[in-house]
Amino acid sequence: MSEHIISTGTYIAIWLTLLVLTGLTAGIAFIDLGPFNTIVALVIATFKALLVALIFMHVRYTSEKMVKVVVISALFFLLLLLGLSLADYTTRLL
Amino acid sequence: MADSPIAVEQHSPALQHHFADMEQQRQASSLGMWLFLATEVMFFGGMFCAYLIYRYWYFPEFAAASKSLDITLGTVNTAVLICSSLTVVMAVRAAQLGKRQAQVIYLALTLILGLAFLGVKAIEWTSKFKGHHVPGASFNFEGTIPSHPDQPVDQRHAQIFFSLYFAMTGMHALHMVIGVGIFSYLLYYAWKGRYTPDYHTPLENSGLYWHFVDIIWIYLFPLLYLIDRKK
Repeated sequence: MSEHIISTGTYIAIWLTLLVLTGLTAGIAFIDLGPFNTIVALVIATFKALLVALIFMHVRYTSEKMVKVVVISALFFLLLLLGLSLADYTTRLL
Repeated sequence: MADSPIAVEQHSPALQHHFADMEQQRQASSLGMWLFLATEVMFFGGMFCAYLIYRYWYFPEFAAASKSLDITLGTVNTAVLICSSLTVVMAVRAAQLGKRQAQVIYLALTLILGLAFLGVKAIEWTSKFKGHHVPGASFNFEGTIPSHPDQPVDQRHAQIFFSLYFAMTGMHALHMVIGVGIFSYLLYYAWKGRYTPDYHTPLENSGLYWHFVDIIWIYLFPLLYLIDRKK
C-alpha cells in the first residue's frame, strides 16, 4: 500500500489551527483596516482551504501525479473565470 | 477458472476483474472523484463570479445586507463544519488501521455535526423569511449604508445580495443534505464491517466530497457574513 497514514497529532493540530483562524477572521472583521479587511479575510480563507486540501484531502501526500494535475487545472480554470470576468467588469467605462 | 492450469493469485474479493491490483483500482477511483470535484469547482465558481461582479457594482448594499446576517451563527457553523472534517479524516484513518468501532463512532459524529450545521442553517433561514429578506414579492429590506448612515439602501440591490445568499448557501446546504445521505450509507456498511485496511475507497472518496463542501463554506463565510463589519 502506498497509502499514507497520517498521525492523529497532525490532524488535531490542523483542526485547532482551522478553529483559531475561524475565530481570528471573525474578530478581525470588526477592526477597521480599510480595504485590507477583505484582503485579510480572503487570505485567511485561502490558507484554511489549503490546509484542508493538502492535509485532510491528502493532496500533499499523494503519489498520484494525475490528481495534482486535476487540482491545479481546476484552480487554473477557476482563476481564468474569475480573473477575466473581473478584468472586464472593473475596467468598463460606463 | 477453478480448473484452469494457470495458478490464480489470491486477491482481495473487493478487486474488480478489470484492474491489475488494488492499488490501481484505488488510484483510478480517486482520480475519478477528483475530476468530479473539478466540475464542482466550476459549478460553484459561476456563483462566486456572479457574487464578485454584483459586489463590485453594489458594494454599499452588499455591506448593509451582510450586516443583517447573524455572525455568531455563521461562526458557529464554520466551526461545526471544521469539526466534521476532523471526524471524517479520523474515520478514514480508523479504516486504514482496520478499527471498525472507531470508524462507526467517527462516522456517527460526522452525521451529527452535518445535521447540526443544517439545523443552524434552518434557524437562520427562518429568521430571513420572518424578516421579509427572501427575494420575491414581499421582499423588504430597510436600512442605511454602513459608510453613509444618512443614505437608505436601494432595495433592488439588496435583493440581489439576498438572491445570491440563498442561491449559494442553498446549493451548499443541498450538498450537505446529499453528504448526510452518503454518510448514513457509509455508517451502515462500516457497522457491517465492509471497510478494511485493504478496501475503504468509498469512505475515502466520500471524505474528499465532504472536505470539498467544507472548503466552499470556508469561502462563503467571509464573503457573505463579513463584508463590512467594522464599527
